[in-house]
Formats: sequence, C-alpha cells, structure tokens
Amino acid sequence: MIIDINNKKVEANKGETVLEVLNRNGIKVPTLCHIKNMFPTGACRMCLVENTKTNKLITSCSSPVEEGMDILTHSPRVTEARKTIVELLLSNHPDDCLYCVRNGNCELQNLSEELCVHERRINGKKNKLPIDRSSSSIMRDPEKCILCGRCVRVCEEVMGVACIDFTKRGSNSTVSTVFDKGLNVSSCVNCGQCIMVCPTGALTEKNHFSEIEEALKNPNKKVVVQYAPAISVSIAEELGMEAGKDINGIMNAALRKIGFDFVFDTTFAADLTIMEESAELIDRISTNKALPFITSCCPAWIKYAEEFATDFLPNISTCKSPQQMMGAVVKSYFAEKENINPDDIYSVSIMPCTAKKFEGQRKEMTNKGNSDVDAVLTTREFVKFIKLFGINMHTLKSEIADSPLGSRTSAGKIFGASGGVAEAALRTAYFKITGKELVEFQIDAVRGLEGRKETQIKIGDLNIGVAVVNGLANAKLLLDEISAGRKDIHFIEIMACPGGCVGGGGQPINMDENAIITRMKSLYQIDDNENIKVSHKNPDVITIYDKFLKEPLSEKSHELLHTHYQARKVVL
Amino acid sequence: MKTEEILSKYKNTGRDNLIPVLQEIQENEGWLSEKIISDVGKCLNIPAGKVYGVATFYNQFRFQPKGKYHIQICRGTACHVLGSSSVLQELEKSLKIKADETSRDGLFSIEVVACIGACGLAPVICINGEFHAKVTVDSLKKIISDLKTQNLN
Ligand code: SF4
Ligand code: SF4
Ligand code: FES
Ligand code: FES
Repeated sequence: MIIDINNKKVEANKGETVLEVLNRNGIKVPTLCHIKNMFPTGACRMCLVENTKTNKLITSCSSPVEEGMDILTHSPRVTEARKTIVELLLSNHPDDCLYCVRNGNCELQNLSEELCVHERRINGKKNKLPIDRSSSSIMRDPEKCILCGRCVRVCEEVMGVACIDFTKRGSNSTVSTVFDKGLNVSSCVNCGQCIMVCPTGALTEKNHFSEIEEALKNPNKKVVVQYAPAISVSIAEELGMEAGKDINGIMNAALRKIGFDFVFDTTFAADLTIMEESAELIDRISTNKALPFITSCCPAWIKYAEEFATDFLPNISTCKSPQQMMGAVVKSYFAEKENINPDDIYSVSIMPCTAKKFEGQRKEMTNKGNSDVDAVLTTREFVKFIKLFGINMHTLKSEIADSPLGSRTSAGKIFGASGGVAEAALRTAYFKITGKELVEFQIDAVRGLEGRKETQIKIGDLNIGVAVVNGLANAKLLLDEISAGRKDIHFIEIMACPGGCVGGGGQPINMDENAIITRMKSLYQIDDNENIKVSHKNPDVITIYDKFLKEPLSEKSHELLHTHYQARKVVL
Repeated sequence: MKTEEILSKYKNTGRDNLIPVLQEIQENEGWLSEKIISDVGKCLNIPAGKVYGVATFYNQFRFQPKGKYHIQICRGTACHVLGSSSVLQELEKSLKIKADETSRDGLFSIEVVACIGACGLAPVICINGEFHAKVTVDSLKKIISDLKTQNLN
C-alpha cells in the first residue's frame, strides 16, 4: 500500500508498524520504551506522530500502517507533545547529570537536547528511593529510572529470569525486585543485559576502579591483568577508531602504560579450557554419562542453572571459566615460576561481562583463601580507564602479551562469539579422537547471531549432536525439549548474552545489532588469518601441561581448573 | 478454605486467575506473606516478581499481618473535605508507620480505604469494625492512647 509521510508517497507493507516504515525511509523518530524485534508496548508515547487523516497523535512504534494514512513526523503539534513528555520525565528526575556514569551517553539527555528543553517548566515531587548496591555486578538507582520498562522486558523475554518488574502504581511506581529486596538475593544472574538497554544511569555495573588504582599505586603488589577474547575487537569504536577493528597489540601497550606489571591474554586460558573441556566431552560421550554435556564458560548461565535448571547441574562441565582458569594459573604456575608470593599478586581481568564480577567473588573460585581474580573491569570501564590515564591509542606501537601465559590460538579467540566454544572444542576433540586434524576447521552451522543453532558432527564413528544457544530464554526452551525426552543432542554450548560475549552486558552501550555482528566478523577474520587454529597446538599450553599440569583432568587440573555447582535457594 | 486448598484448586490455571487467587488467600490469611507470593507464582507458573508487581499495584493487598488494632481510615471525598488527610498524617506520625503497614510490636496497622458509606459521620475511622465519627487530630490522640491502655490491662 501507499501512505503519505511528510507529504511524500511512500510504499508500506501490510502488518508493518508506522515506525518500521519511517526507519526504512531514513526518518528518525525518537523512541524510549521500544526495543527492536520485540512486541511494542506503546508505554512511553515518545514516538508520537500525527495522522492528519484522523487528526490524531498516534504512537508509531505500536500502530500498524493503514491505507490512506497521512503522517507528519515533525509537525509543531508533534514536537510540542514530545517535548512535554520529556519535560514530564525530567520533572522528578535527579539533577546530577554531571556526576552520572551515563553523562554524555544518556538517551534522556539526548532527547532533552534534541527537543530544546532548556528550562524546568514542570516541577514534580522527587521520589526518594535507595540505591541498591547489594549485587556484586549490578547497581540500581531507582531515582534515575524513567520507567520505560526495557530492562523488565529483556530480563524476562531474553533472559527468562524476570527478577525485576514494575511494582506499585502511579507516582509511586518503580522497577523493583520481589519484596523490594536486594538484587543479590534475587534470581538475577548478573548478565547485565538490563544495563545495555537502560536509557539512563538507573542501571550500571558495580565499579572497582578505586581498588585497582590502589593496587597500581602499591609498590608491594604485582598487578597482573588479563583480557577476554572479545575485548580487542570491542573497544576501537569507543576510542575513535574503526568499529570492530582488532587492536590487540595497541591494547597490550596501553595496559603497560597504565602500569600493569604483567599483561596476559585470557585467550590462552580459553585454549586451556578447551583442553580440559574436550577431554571431559570425550569421556562423557564414550561412557555415555551425564549427557548432553553442557559448557560452563558463562557465569550468568551457571547461576541460572543453579536456580532454574538444577536437574542439569550434573551435565555441566566442571571447568572453571577461562577468566578463573587464568586467575588460578597466574597465582600458582606463574607465581612459582617468577618466584612471587601469590599474596602479593593483584589480579585484574577485563571482560565484556558483568557476571564475571560476580563469578570473581564466588567462594568456589579461591585457592587456599586467595581469590583467583581480585577485580573485574567491564569493556566500558576499561575504556574509561584508558581515558582516565590519558592514553592516546593512536600513537602507541603494537606490543605482544607477556609469556608464559600470553600466547593464544584463534580457536580460543572465537570464544568471544556464540558458537565459538563449541567450534573450538570440536576441533580439538576431533584431533584427540581420530588422531588427525580437521581438513576444514570452519563449522558454519554453529556460527552467527541466531538464538539457537543445531548440527550433527561426524567424528570417527561418532555422530555428535551439537546445539548452541544464546539468550537464556532460548536455553530454557532447549532444556525443556531435552527434559521431555529429546536424545539427539550430546553437546550444548550456552551463552547468556545475545550473540555471545561480543554482545555481553559489559560491552559499550549500543542498541544497534550491527555492532555485535561487526565484532563477530572481526573474530572470525582473525581465525581465517591465523596459522594455529587449534588449542592443542598452543605452545604455552603444551608447556604448562609438560611442566605443571601433566595432562587434562589430572589431579592438579582438578585442584586448580575445575569447580562444582550447587542449587541455590532464591525466590523464582 | 485453607490456603493450600485454594492453591490446589487453581493449580496451573494460568495468569488470568492471579487476582482471584490473591484475593481468596488474603481473605483467608488477612495478608500476603513472601512465601505465599512465591507459592502463588509456582502454582500459576508466573515469576514471583510478577506476582509481587501485580499485587503491589492494588491497594487491597497487604504485605504485613494486620495489627491487634486494625485501623481503617476513610480517604473518600466527604472525609477528605472534612480533613481526613490531617487525621491520616497524625495517625502515621503517632504510630510511626505508613499506610498499609503494621507497627513493629504488632499492635497497630493502618489501611486506607475509599468511602466506607458513612459520609454523614465524616471524617471516619473504623477500628476492628467499630466506627469512630467526626475524628479530629485531638480525638484521634485520645483514641490511640485509650487503645494502648486497654492493651496493657
Ligand atoms: S542482570 Fe540480567 S538477570 Fe539481572 S536484572 Fe539485569 S537482565 Fe535480569
Ligand atoms: S531501570 Fe532503566 S531500563 Fe529499566 S525501566 Fe528504568 S529507565 Fe527503563
Ligand atoms: S517508543 Fe513508542 S510508545 Fe514508547
Ligand atoms: S467519604 Fe468517608 S465515609 Fe464516605
């Protein structure tokens, strides 16, 4: 059908919303409550446009196109209405933008700027509500919440957790947990996806800047840093470089400039994870024990399983995540080698993830009372750190990570994308079972953004059913099928965040899916160009087994690299 | 009907029944405890947070047991015109609790209600079913202190 938009004839398809037609034609209308690809709620009215045919203001995100519509997107009436909405939102909003984490990156700020709100016309009563600092990953400041509901929807529809929801009514409405308790005692899995969609500073990560700065200043501490596979392809855009560009070498240099004594790549530990995990996978499949075998790299998935999927706890790999494996070998193998007392090591990790903050302080993640990892920075915080230390990335020369925990293969690198862990594990399992390397390393069927990917892989005489899911709501659907009797799946990779770690809850705030796709592409590009594409050929990995761990699943491995899980009692 | 029976009657009947279940249980128990909220969630397959969200939306639900003296205060139009808001303020101040809460010692609870149909007596409060007419800040003070003495004897 043809409809009129700003006095121009435009093609529209039945079933589309007005907003979709506008966006396709390059017309920007502000939105708040709307999340692309989710069912519209029409709650905030920010996306109003005028239909001159009926003389009504309609919400473009939730109105389907109709024959004969005559839409004005920026008429005086529309702009005035939008401006009033923003003024109402600001009427009870705290005035401390200058002190807010989201200063300069806040949708409410942007809207008031775009709509020329320059004075306070409406004075509302401010809500006095306490900040929830109880969680080790997520902070909630309900006074900054504008009740758009995006976090509530993501938590329920993408994560299947639903630990936050609207409570009370009218001017007392808030987004809160059940019984208004701290997030730490709720079923929250710390994924941080709510932060990714929050337009304001109401949801942020728990910050550990001052502890890290303290450690860097302390001459008696050796401060070690590690960074996850996804980091090197996720920060360029925030530092004025081409989005998705791999700046691993420059990042190493920057970390040394900041003052870290040793710089390691978590990708090494990802390779180590593959050694342990593929050994476990082969053991489970050959003994037909606790199948399907499920990955354990994602701490949000682990907490979810401990709350919602306790039947599957025996199926989950006992491998610690790469972050924790790295932390554990730094404070044992590396400390021994360098003759440093583990107590004098302060271990920092940079992760695209907020759940890693929670994971870092789990009591299972300690060795003789010493935490594997002492502090976790998200990608966002890392970018702030680079700026805080005044580092100009454009002038730095590439450097390599420190040895003996610095070398990596591209199998570990693709851990950053959904499907990467499964692909890397299968490459090594193939070699271990058949004694030969795969001819074609790339397993296309497990790559990409889709919420669920499934395939059958033939290794020797074995036919292995593989499923890869991201978004815990998708995990639930798959696990339900398995509980109901599905038997053709033997190996499952589960990542909580959409697209895997490249879409993690600690990444730069950006609602555009293309950012995730670009980072994914960049990781697979690295895999294409790299010589060593399998974890078992990582030279540092070979050495650590020779000199220290002996073999996968050895006693030493179990002591340092493996963990266990426990059902958690929380209100679901 | 006991709470367990109510829950088993509604087992797996879905979210449409959320409000009736909560109403029946509150009718029975007088309030909704944390355990009940979470049991109702399990019974209807709704996350507990959603149950809590819906329940807190409506004034009719209480999240604390009623006090020994349950004070209903009318905030309907007639009572409002004749000063029920200052009566409520005084009530909250002297009992150190807010509307819909129960004092720590379990003695008093306050519930705000809309017109209770005694407009001629406005402003009205009703304590354990007994009406008090034309309440003022001063008469309220006396009512409260009388209840406290009565409790001691
Ligand atoms: S961190 Fe994840 S689980 Fe927790 S409230 Fe946010 S979206 Fe929900
Ligand atoms: S916390 Fe943020 S995302 Fe959630 S409702 Fe409030 S403003 Fe929206
Ligand atoms: S964005 Fe359309 S109503 Fe909120
Ligand atoms: S308004 Fe209070 S009894 Fe009618």
